[in-house]
Amino acid sequence: MGEKRTLRVLIAKAGLDGHDRGALYISRALKDAGMEVIYTGIHYTPKMVVEAAIQEDVDVIGVSILSGAHMTIFEKIFRFLKKEGANDIHVIAGGTIPPEDIAELKRMGVRDVFLPGTDTSDVVKCIKGIVQ
Amino acid sequence: MASMDKVTMDLFNDPKSSKVLATTGADGFPNAVPVQSLTAIDENTLAFTVVAVTKTKYNLMENGRVSAVAYQMPPKGCQVKGTFTGFISSGEIFNRMAAMIEKILKVKVYEVGLIEVKEIFPLQVAKAPDGPSPKAVTISDIEVKPLYTPADIADLHYGQDLGYPGNYPYTRGVYPQMYRKQPWTQRLVSGFGTSEESNERLKYLTAHGETGLNVVFDLPTHYGLDSDNEFAEGEVGKEGVPIDSILDMETLFQDIDLGNVSTSLITNYLTVFSYYVAVAQNRKIPIEKLAGTTQNDACTCFAGAKVSVVPIRPSMKLSLDIVEFATRNMPRWNPVSLVGYHYREKGCNAIQEIALTLCTGIAYLNAGMERGMNIDLFAPRLSFFFGAHNDFFEEIAKFRAARRLWAKIARERFGARDSRSWRMRFHTQTAGCSLTARQPMNNIIRTTIQALAAVLGGTQSLHTNSYDEALALPTEESVEIALRTQQVIAHESGVTNTIDPIAGSYYVEHLTNTLEKLSMEIIEKVDKMGGMIEAIEKGWVENEISDASYRYGRSIEKRERVIVGVNRYERPKEEITMKLLKIDPALEKKQLRRLEKARGMQNAGAVTAALNKVRAAARKDENVIPAVIEAAKEYATIGQIFDVFREVYGTVKWR
Repeated sequence: MGEKRTLRVLIAKAGLDGHDRGALYISRALKDAGMEVIYTGIHYTPKMVVEAAIQEDVDVIGVSILSGAHMTIFEKIFRFLKKEGANDIHVIAGGTIPPEDIAELKRMGVRDVFLPGTDTSDVVKCIKGIVQ
Repeated sequence: MASMDKVTMDLFNDPKSSKVLATTGADGFPNAVPVQSLTAIDENTLAFTVVAVTKTKYNLMENGRVSAVAYQMPPKGCQVKGTFTGFISSGEIFNRMAAMIEKILKVKVYEVGLIEVKEIFPLQVAKAPDGPSPKAVTISDIEVKPLYTPADIADLHYGQDLGYPGNYPYTRGVYPQMYRKQPWTQRLVSGFGTSEESNERLKYLTAHGETGLNVVFDLPTHYGLDSDNEFAEGEVGKEGVPIDSILDMETLFQDIDLGNVSTSLITNYLTVFSYYVAVAQNRKIPIEKLAGTTQNDACTCFAGAKVSVVPIRPSMKLSLDIVEFATRNMPRWNPVSLVGYHYREKGCNAIQEIALTLCTGIAYLNAGMERGMNIDLFAPRLSFFFGAHNDFFEEIAKFRAARRLWAKIARERFGARDSRSWRMRFHTQTAGCSLTARQPMNNIIRTTIQALAAVLGGTQSLHTNSYDEALALPTEESVEIALRTQQVIAHESGVTNTIDPIAGSYYVEHLTNTLEKLSMEIIEKVDKMGGMIEAIEKGWVENEISDASYRYGRSIEKRERVIVGVNRYERPKEEITMKLLKIDPALEKKQLRRLEKARGMQNAGAVTAALNKVRAAARKDENVIPAVIEAAKEYATIGQIFDVFREVYGTVKWR
């Protein structure tokens, strides 16, 4: 008891999207904020994202998508999380996502959505908030 | 009495200085005249000769108080106030002064005046304000002085370093007339949904004055996957137009005369290009009439956009196939566009953007020559593609520096003889990464400044982003504003009236030199690593970009750089309510039906035979394009063709 566990985050690129600037950036910023970060690299399927999250025992999955395929991909990620009984892993999203899709993503279970220009300290705050 | 320091004495004794003596007579009117003979005899005394300066002489008699100034351009100099002590006409000082003046002016000197120095005032025109002056840097962290003067470009040689437009080293532009003859090509990227929707968009843009087509393809197409591949689900038609087979290419260019347009295909491999050529051949258009560009840069596809399918070396081979094919058969086609844009979008700075793009160019020149091609046959058809970011002057200098450096590389390093091989022609796209999701209308202004930089930098064609692209693909309305932005610059701003209007700016010329020097240092580093391909394989390129991206991002988060509406002048609780383009999910289904239709048109034996020819050509390291065109005409799908490449060359293992 007593010692606080280091937060573990999986940053993932799902689908065919190769835009990895944001994913690399947030990975580094979260590391600088004292979290343990596992970055998948590009071209993970939703199933692979969920498997990696379980294997790495992360608290949060952050998925970066700039391809427009976010609806399909998050729907699948939540389906696999449920199937694996890993509903305790929180999911956040970032990228080029139309604001009108945000409500729908949140309904699916995405805790927060971060658009281009987000201050990484807001992401840190969000992760700390949802895990504690 | 005051004593002059060495700097002041040197200024008075430097023949390059201009010198002025001011006096006032009894009438109270100041009188300043050039007195070039003013000389510092010692720390306390100035001497001068008066040759027919009668008003000065009378004033000195009436009022001994004088002010003497010695100055040089760029502004440096000093003012000395003192008292006239009289004329002398003999002695060592007189002899020295008289001899000097007689030698220079060829006149006889009868008297030398002496001034006793009372006060000294250095002129501080060029000095930065004292005290804590905030340091200014460009986006690429190049320090910027408060003021630039001729001293900053003292070594610039017009003929060698700038030259006239259309002349080596092309700093002022690749064509003699530039926009006086023909404005840049306005090319907006299009492609979404299916080939039917994209065909509508292409026709819409041409109807609104767009002068060149610029088509982007969706991710499954880039990765050589049919739209019904499991990886393609949700991606079809999202980032561009899906091309599953020749049928889609046919529809995409329906009612567009391929022999009479210039088409840019933003594609990583030769398959899309082969479909395009096959459509033209089916329409009986001679392929030598096809004009346009394939992006086809294997290096950026690997380390920049990350859309490679097979490893970097076979990707280079396939890319060179287009270079070779177009060089032989399609004189109006630019087979490769060497891309700096993707590196910049990934977060590198302007210096790295120049260097990485030119390193890629060097890799292509080497690869082409290794194939036994004459450099002067293929180098003239290489084109380039840069971004235009927020730092207005740095971007202008970037284009100029890149052009000069490429000319030197092609001519001096590779020995190209044809002047067309030295010319860097380039396309520009405004920086997508500079667009903000917050207060998105501000993006119109950013895009305007960036586009203007590209134009002042001498771009050959231009894509302007739409203001809503940090949120979604653009709507027809936002695309129209993006196109109008170019039209306002072209027709209203007056910047096209004269060629390269920025040349000669102390700042921009100095910055151009600095960017050239700094990017050359990176090029030399890459050379030492063995070249661009090796630098990419080592992961060096991506690491460098990622570091630069992090530095830049942090500087925004720390508010060292201002992004309006993001880290300053934010709107509290901003809600974005604008209408965004929604891609109907039904379009993916529609595309799957189009794919099925193509498969239905295949003759199994014929398509297998055609694919076998592709495989054989790849195995024998021959140019695969003729075989791919044949397969395209047999309705082979993109997945079928790429499966052959994946089988022969293996696939990329992404980090």
